[in-house]
Amino acid sequence: MLQDKDRIFTNLYGQNDWRLAGARQRGDWDGTAEILARGRDAIINEMKGSGLRGRGGAGFPTGVKWSFMPKNSDGRPHYLVINGDESEPGTCKDREILRHEPHKLIESALIASFAMGAHAAYIYIRGEFFNEARHLQIAIDEAYAAGLIGRNAAGSGWDFDFYIHRGAGAYICGEETALLESLEGKKGQPRMKPPFPAAMGLYGCPTTVNNVESIAVSSTILRRGGAWFSALGRPNNAGTKLMAISGHVNTPCVFEEELGVPLKEIIEKHGGGVRGGWDNLLAVIPGGCSVPLLPASICETVLMDYDSLRAERSGLGTACMIVMDKSTDIIKAIARFSQFFKHESCGQCTPCREGTGWMMRVMNRMVEGRAEIEEIDMLEQVTRQVEGHTICALGDAAAWPIQGLIRHFRPVMEERITAYKAAHGGGRITQVPLGIPVAAE
Amino acid sequence: MSAHSPIDQIEQPDSFAFDAESEEQIAAILAKYPPERKASGTLPLLYVVQKQMGRQTGSAWVPRVAMDEVARRLDVAPIRVYEVATFYLMFNTKPIGRYHLQVCTTTSCWLRGSDDVVAACKKATGIDGFGQSSADGLFTLTEVECLGACANAPILQIDDDFYEDMDGPRTIELIEALRRGERPTPGPTIDRLNSAPAGGRKTLADSPAEQG
Repeated sequence: MLQDKDRIFTNLYGQNDWRLAGARQRGDWDGTAEILARGRDAIINEMKGSGLRGRGGAGFPTGVKWSFMPKNSDGRPHYLVINGDESEPGTCKDREILRHEPHKLIESALIASFAMGAHAAYIYIRGEFFNEARHLQIAIDEAYAAGLIGRNAAGSGWDFDFYIHRGAGAYICGEETALLESLEGKKGQPRMKPPFPAAMGLYGCPTTVNNVESIAVSSTILRRGGAWFSALGRPNNAGTKLMAISGHVNTPCVFEEELGVPLKEIIEKHGGGVRGGWDNLLAVIPGGCSVPLLPASICETVLMDYDSLRAERSGLGTACMIVMDKSTDIIKAIARFSQFFKHESCGQCTPCREGTGWMMRVMNRMVEGRAEIEEIDMLEQVTRQVEGHTICALGDAAAWPIQGLIRHFRPVMEERITAYKAAHGGGRITQVPLGIPVAAE
Repeated sequence: MSAHSPIDQIEQPDSFAFDAESEEQIAAILAKYPPERKASGTLPLLYVVQKQMGRQTGSAWVPRVAMDEVARRLDVAPIRVYEVATFYLMFNTKPIGRYHLQVCTTTSCWLRGSDDVVAACKKATGIDGFGQSSADGLFTLTEVECLGACANAPILQIDDDFYEDMDGPRTIELIEALRRGERPTPGPTIDRLNSAPAGGRKTLADSPAEQG
C-alpha cells in the first residue's frame, strides 16, 4: 500500500491552505522554469517513461497522447483542454483536485501546454461544481498576479493563459468531442472521429483533451522522475491513483492509493470495511457506473488496476468504486443506471437514443419481475446491438452495467420473475398494456 | 435530455436587459475566447442571465427574450441559443422557487438513503413531486443525476451549494433554516473533514491540522 511520502495529492482533504502560499509550501511552483527548460521532447519522453495512463477512465498512455500533437504549428494555435466534467456516477475524485489542489493543476497545465506547443488551456468544469470552480478561479488569479502564468509564465519565456469554462449539467460533455462542442457554445453532441482532436479539435485547431487528474499528476512526475512513478504499482499499471469508495462501507471517502493493491485491502483500509462485515458484501462496481459489476467472489482476490479488472471483464474506469452489501436490490441498483443513461443520451444516434429508453423500461420491469424469462436474453441481445453502434461510448457505457448484471446475477433476475408470476397467478402476462408510450420519452 | 416545457407555454416577460453587474461579468467572459469565437460565450452568458433573474425577481430562470439578447450579443442565430438553453439541464427555462432543491438519486446516493432525503424535502415543503414548486413559491424540487460527490452521499444541492452526508431529519432542519432566511454552511452535515473518512484521516497522517 502507498506510503505518505509517495503521495502526490498531499492536500487532498483541504486540511491545509489550498491557496498559493500553502501550495508553495507543498512544493508546487518550485523550479517550474527549469522543468520547461528541459524542452518539449524531454518532457514528453519522461511522461512516456512514467507509464502514466489516462486517469479519466479509458487508460490511454498520457505521454503518447501528448506526442500526437503536431511538432510544428501550421499557423493554427494549439490547445490543451482539461476535462473536469466529472459526472460518471460513483466518481468524485477530480473535485478534490479542483478545490484543494488547484495550483498543482495550474502548474501541470502550464507544463503540459508547453510540451504540446499550446499557449492556452481551457478547463471544462461540470456546472454543478460551482464552488470548486470558484476555488480554481481564485488560484488562477493568484497565479497571474504572481507571474506564474500569463506572459513569460514563471519566468520560462513561454506565454500561457488558463481559462475556466463551466458546463451546465450534461454528462455527455465528459466525452471529449462533445466537450469541445460545448466549449464552442453548442449542444454537447459528440463528433465523428476521425478527424481526431490532435488534428482538428477546439475551433478546428490541434487539441489534446486530458482528464484533470492526468494533468495534475504531471508536475510531480516531472519533479520526482518518471522512474519514481513507474516503480509504483505494477507493470503497465504504474503509479498512484485517486480513488473513492461510496455505498455500503463504514467510512466512504476519497484517497490516493497505489495501483495493483487488492480491492479487498482497499475496502478494508480506506472504506473501514463493508457495512456488516466482509461476508455481507454483495458486489462492487469498481470504477464508475459504466464498468460491469463484480460479485463478492471476484472481489475477494482481484487487484485494483487496469489489467486485473479487465481480466475479470470489468474495468478500472475512474477507480471510484461503489460497494453494495447484501441488503441491496441489485437489479434496482443497475436499473437506476439505465435511467441515468437514458436521461443523459444526447439523442444523436438512434441505437443510443432509442436503446437507452428501451433498456430502461425493460430494466424497470425486471425490478418488479414483470417480465418473461426469455426477455433476459432479449435484453442482453439489445445491449449488444447498442454497444459499438454509436458515435461515442455512451451507448457502450449504457450496455455494460446490464451485461454485468446478467452475467453475474441472472439467477436473481429469474427468481424475481418467477416470484412475480407466482404472486399474480402465473401464466403469460401482458408486458406493455395499450396506451403506454414505447418510443423515446 | 431533460423534459423541458415548450418555451411557448411559459408566461414570458416582455423584455430583458443586462444590468451593470452582468455587463461586468460579460466583459470578463468574452475576454476568454478568441474574438471570432464569441459563440463560446453561450453557456456562460446564459448563466449570467439566470443569476440576474435570480437577483432581480427571486426566480433564477432564463426567459426567451433573454435568450434573444444573448444571441444578439454573440452574433449567433436565436435558435442556437434556444437549443443550448434547452439541452443543458442547469438552465431553467421556466420560473423556479427562490431555493432550488436538487436531490441526487443516482445509485451511490440511493444506496445511502436518498429516498429519505426526497421524502423529507416533500414533507418540509409540501411539494408532491419532482419538477414542482411549493405553494408559497419558495422551493422547487428537482431530481438530479450524479453530482460527483459520491463519497459524501447522499447529496442535496441547494442552488450552488452541496449539502453532504444528508439524512431525513437533517434535510428537514436545513429547509426550516432556509425558511428562516438562514444559509447553513455547505459541506458535510456529519463530523468529517470534506471527503476524508468520518472518524479521522487514514492517510496523510503527519499533515498539520485544519487551518481553515
